[in-house]
Amino acid sequence: MSEAKVLPILRVEGLTHFFGGLKAVSDFNLTLQGGEIYGLIGPNGAGKTTVFNLITGVYRPTAGQILFRGQSLVGLPPHEIISRGIARTFQNIRLFKELSVLDNLRIAAYAEAGYSPWAALLRNSRFLKEEARIKERSFELLELFGLQNLAGAPARSLPYGEQRRLEIARALMGRPSLLLLDEPAAGMNPGEIQRLMETIRWLREHFSLTILLIEHQMRVVMGICERITVLDFGVTIAQGPPAEIRQNPRVLEAYLGKEAVL
Amino acid sequence: MGLIKKWGPGLLLFLGFLLSLVFSQGWLINPYQAQVLMYLGVNIILTLSLNLINGYMGEFSVGHAGFMAIGAYVSAWLTVKVIPPAFGTWLFPLATILGGLGAALAGLIVAIPSFKTRGDYLAIVTLAFNMIIKSALENIEAVGGPRGFLGIPKLTNVAWVYVWTVFALLGIRNFVYSSFGRGVLAIREDETAAELTSVNTRQVKVLAFVFSSFLAGVAGALFAHLLMFINPRSFTILKSTDILVMVYLGGIGSMAGSILGAASYTLLLELLRPLEVWRWVAGPLLLILLMIFRPRGIMGLREYKLFIPREEEVPGLVRGKGSANIAG
Repeated sequence: MSEAKVLPILRVEGLTHFFGGLKAVSDFNLTLQGGEIYGLIGPNGAGKTTVFNLITGVYRPTAGQILFRGQSLVGLPPHEIISRGIARTFQNIRLFKELSVLDNLRIAAYAEAGYSPWAALLRNSRFLKEEARIKERSFELLELFGLQNLAGAPARSLPYGEQRRLEIARALMGRPSLLLLDEPAAGMNPGEIQRLMETIRWLREHFSLTILLIEHQMRVVMGICERITVLDFGVTIAQGPPAEIRQNPRVLEAYLGKEAVL
Repeated sequence: MGLIKKWGPGLLLFLGFLLSLVFSQGWLINPYQAQVLMYLGVNIILTLSLNLINGYMGEFSVGHAGFMAIGAYVSAWLTVKVIPPAFGTWLFPLATILGGLGAALAGLIVAIPSFKTRGDYLAIVTLAFNMIIKSALENIEAVGGPRGFLGIPKLTNVAWVYVWTVFALLGIRNFVYSSFGRGVLAIREDETAAELTSVNTRQVKVLAFVFSSFLAGVAGALFAHLLMFINPRSFTILKSTDILVMVYLGGIGSMAGSILGAASYTLLLELLRPLEVWRWVAGPLLLILLMIFRPRGIMGLREYKLFIPREEEVPGLVRGKGSANIAG
């Protein structure tokens, strides 16, 4: 079977978004095949996070199509998009800071908690069974990420690195098939970055994920992404495998300025 | 030990119920003490109700007296005009529930448009709602208009107040320690992140608001049949301010705090009786001071252990070594 015939997990076509008069993203196209690790890079303010916000329904695109497993996501509320199998992390960690590590995970099970408000008020057997299941699954993930001993601690009390891990664990709680990582290496030292790259590969295998990631650290992007899109001022200036991107004069120009290239 | 842990709380609640029955007969306490005790219960229900919205959810409702008014007037209308006096005692719970449902319906009507947008919108809508309810009641002659609603039978007693207070406590506890309650907390912490972790924030907000209005309505019904006379001026923004004070005094996001806040404020107002009209300055003044010096209240975001369901016990509040199977 040729690759072109496989239904892509995510297909974005002609995505355009204005903030007032400012064009944040312009005619953005992307096709993600299942199991890929795909990089989205570009200088500050290039519109990368806006793309994530458009995919997850935080913003509604001015124009364009977003198809996830062949179904349009445009116009759906974020929680609906998330429960269809997309999860994301944030550039500046957004945990529920005052709540426990366990609650941070359990909140992400909202969509799959199979009981009614009445069952919750009565704490009936169905409720207790579902809650036990959610708790068990939360602990499975916490153990996987080495956070099980911190289950009762408030999320704000965790060191930076553990907060990042918790955010990824929370994202996995909803059993996503597509994971969007927004600058996962932000604030990490070279040793941590090395481990992060291993983690991202391991995540893909272990959870059968497709991963789309935004990153500033060239080392991460070039090291783990199979394909890359480069954005500059909302416009796609290059698309292809890392080796090609590295050679592309327009990319160097966007990153280093015109003079540096000449 | 295990036996005490398992049956202790239930036994305590039952003993409390027996005691409330004794009090209802007028034994052991004098009528004034019984009166204060019943106000206390009503105030606990009101505080729990508002705490769900302002404390647990972090939204800002300032018109809870409006929901209380609906509960009071609906139930009073039922017991005075609909239910034959002979059945009053037996049908009082039904009148209370219908009062609560009336308030819940109003809550639904307020919640749906308010939660379409974010921020201070709810505060403005609930403020307007409170004023509308008061003005509307002043213009409905069937319930006495501005003169007030007279001749309400005294059906509220210590036992009923006790039962409803326990109901409110258990209801809030069960709601808060569920998927919906965690959604409520997530909205307070970070609404966008809540949506992006699959929480249907509109559903959660509407559910919480309807439940909260129901409880306020129940408190109103008890209040009406305790005072035997209600008038629209009992349910102005000043009453709403009282509830706000109790929430922010006791502690946001806490059931223990709600009880503490309601108890200390109820007693404070009783002690300030000699000040007459001036005691109504105490509430707003206290609110200002609290907001400046202790915005989370005495028990802010903390909970008394007995109020937390057993299933919520989490091993390891202590920091372990962290085995770090994978990942950084």
